[in-house]
Amino acid sequence: MIEMKGISKTYRVRRREAGLGNALKSLISQDYTEIPALQNMSFTVPDGQILGYIGPNGAGKSTTIKILSGILRPDSGTCTVDGLTPWEDRKRHVARLGVVFGQRSQLWWDVPVQESFDLLRDIYRVPEQLYRENLDRLTALLDLGDLLKTPARMLSLGQRMRCEIAAALLHGPKVLFLDEPTIGLDAVSKLKVREFILEQNRLCGTTVLLTTHDMQDIDALCSRVLLIGKGQLLLDGDTAQIRAMAGENLSTEESVADLYRRFGI
Amino acid sequence: MKKYWSFFKMRLMAGLQYRAAALAGMSTQFVWGTMEILLYRAFWLESPEKFPMGMEALSTYIWLQQAFLTLFAMWNWEYDILESVKTGAVSYELLRPTDIYSMWMARSIANRLARAALRMIPVIVVASFIPAPYGLRLHISPAVFGLFLLSIVLMVLVVCSYTLLVYALTFYLTDPNGIMVVSVAAADLLSGAVVPLPFLPDGLRKFAELTPFASMQNVPLRIFNGNIPLSEIPGVMGLQVFWIVTLISAGYLLTRNGLRRAVILGG
Amino acid sequence: MKLYLKFLSIHMRSAMTYRASFFLSCLGHLLITTNVFLSVVFLLDRFGAIGGYTMPQLSLCYAVILSGTSLAECFARGFDAFTRILSEAQFDRIMLRPRSLFFQVICQDMKPTMLARVLQAAVMLAWGINAGAVVWTPLKALVLALMILCGAGIFFGLFLVNACICFFTLEHVETLNIFLDGPREYGKYPFGIYGKPVLLILTFLVPLALVQHWPLQYLFDRGPAWYGVLPVVSLLFLIPCALLWQLGVRHYRSTGS
Repeated sequence: MIEMKGISKTYRVRRREAGLGNALKSLISQDYTEIPALQNMSFTVPDGQILGYIGPNGAGKSTTIKILSGILRPDSGTCTVDGLTPWEDRKRHVARLGVVFGQRSQLWWDVPVQESFDLLRDIYRVPEQLYRENLDRLTALLDLGDLLKTPARMLSLGQRMRCEIAAALLHGPKVLFLDEPTIGLDAVSKLKVREFILEQNRLCGTTVLLTTHDMQDIDALCSRVLLIGKGQLLLDGDTAQIRAMAGENLSTEESVADLYRRFGI
Repeated sequence: MKKYWSFFKMRLMAGLQYRAAALAGMSTQFVWGTMEILLYRAFWLESPEKFPMGMEALSTYIWLQQAFLTLFAMWNWEYDILESVKTGAVSYELLRPTDIYSMWMARSIANRLARAALRMIPVIVVASFIPAPYGLRLHISPAVFGLFLLSIVLMVLVVCSYTLLVYALTFYLTDPNGIMVVSVAAADLLSGAVVPLPFLPDGLRKFAELTPFASMQNVPLRIFNGNIPLSEIPGVMGLQVFWIVTLISAGYLLTRNGLRRAVILGG
Repeated sequence: MKLYLKFLSIHMRSAMTYRASFFLSCLGHLLITTNVFLSVVFLLDRFGAIGGYTMPQLSLCYAVILSGTSLAECFARGFDAFTRILSEAQFDRIMLRPRSLFFQVICQDMKPTMLARVLQAAVMLAWGINAGAVVWTPLKALVLALMILCGAGIFFGLFLVNACICFFTLEHVETLNIFLDGPREYGKYPFGIYGKPVLLILTFLVPLALVQHWPLQYLFDRGPAWYGVLPVVSLLFLIPCALLWQLGVRHYRSTGS
């Protein structure tokens, strides 16, 4: 169970105006602007749910993910994931967590994927028996077969993403964060990834938190959606509710765009 | 001309953005100069008679070297250019109404000037206040100072035309890194960066003077500190001009030919 | 340890994937430090000796410092290239794994090409010893080994400080090159050559003189035997470095990248 209560986070950002004069001035003194990234954010995710976390760029999605995964410490509020506070119990927390960033790789570039996996097994101290089981299951479901012998740099984006997802699940985490996992993928790869996420959730009861800009991901996967904007929770419901709020016969994509406009975010 | 000026301004501003880096760079230069001078001081205190120039002239040489470091350092490559030649993206340059060799030259000069402009003045100012014989001192006549300025311009041209020759050779090589690391090391040794040329053993010094590297920092720094007498200045500056003409011709021809090849091969 | 060796093997093989550029980088590293060594050779050729040190002794002196920096640069590369680890968000990934952050940064990056310089140092050491730099006793051999190892330790600490500063500035700050590249370049002579202020700084602030100048006095029979213990004392430097690392991680956690 994931629980966030009253989480707030503010960044200080250095500001500089254009022009040579201002560049010189910034040598002497610097101005800071405070940007509230999250304001009093609270929500709960029960075990085994697939939750869509959507909002425009800069809404605070990645800040939330970072706090939940223990990378960032919030200014105030409490947060527990299966009873652990992420930023205080980092090692124990992340051992039960899998994270996939669609835009970044966690595989080692120049060695075959299989070796990256073996290395992850050692990093996460996965028992050999469990590792074998997980690897076999993931290989079959994600159709990895020959990919395991290929160095990561030679994989196509779709192939790489399937390997990334497998890499995040080798240690059998109970919670999985997916940050834009379908970005840039072709139609076939997208479908494969979605199919797998549902399968994983059904078989292992993995809780999934998904951020995406692709509303078809949301339609296909999520039983519940959180819409955030400017660091605040704006809407908590399912896709039907979002469509109902926008009214008429709009697709989810259009409804969300409509909501963004309506909330002025 | 205007586009080169805006390019230069852009580089200068990009450099200014990193204030910590700029300040740190300057302090590094001061420490380097100080260490270098302390080192030669130890030799000087033991046997001043074996010095080929005065301690003050040497200090002047070292401070000026620190001030102009980014202007003549061989390792200041334009990696964008190298990359575009390696990948073949350079053929797109043909779409622009400019000659590619002159564009490269302008970029190289602008980048070097922009990097040096930031660091030069503080080093020169502070070094002038350091007490003799460890500070920077100017003893030459205004006329020789004029020649010094001219030799700086020539030096920048020698350095840039040398680096452009390397970029041009990249058209023909699978990996330019070899020629780059050897160039850096050779320039360090033979241009008077590691040890000023008059301190080298005679044989090596004579060899160094035959290479284009001796026309780099060696010439302006030693004109400024008075180590090259007036009578010899026309000779060394003539040599600078010779190397500029040679390096530019070679680089220009290789670039033109290499570009033609790249286009035929399809990039 | 087993995990570390696995990482080591992966980095070695990554480096060897691009064989030509591997050897060219080795060559590049070697040429730079060979030039440094040549500068000593040329000046000694002109002046005969400096501060009572002979050429073989200086060769040994530079070998100690060079092997120290090169070992640290090879194995603590992750801290040396820390801006990259931060800017490419690799540090976020590191925090997502259930191992010590410190250990993972060490594993993140290595620079096997630096071993070329260790080889150069070995050659200079061998030549210096062969040319009679030192009248040997077993104890002196032990001190020499300590000098190299503790030297690597101090450079390691400097890389760590460098990385910690990146947490705050998020860009590579050149100032530390004074203490990183500086000693690699100027460690070619015993630090006492540069005068008292420099020697004091390098004894008490960044204790590199404790692994070079002072124990060298003992090796060359110019100072008492207890100078030979100083390399071990120098490791105290690592304590503030480690504290600074803790501070840096805490700062990163509260600001993000």
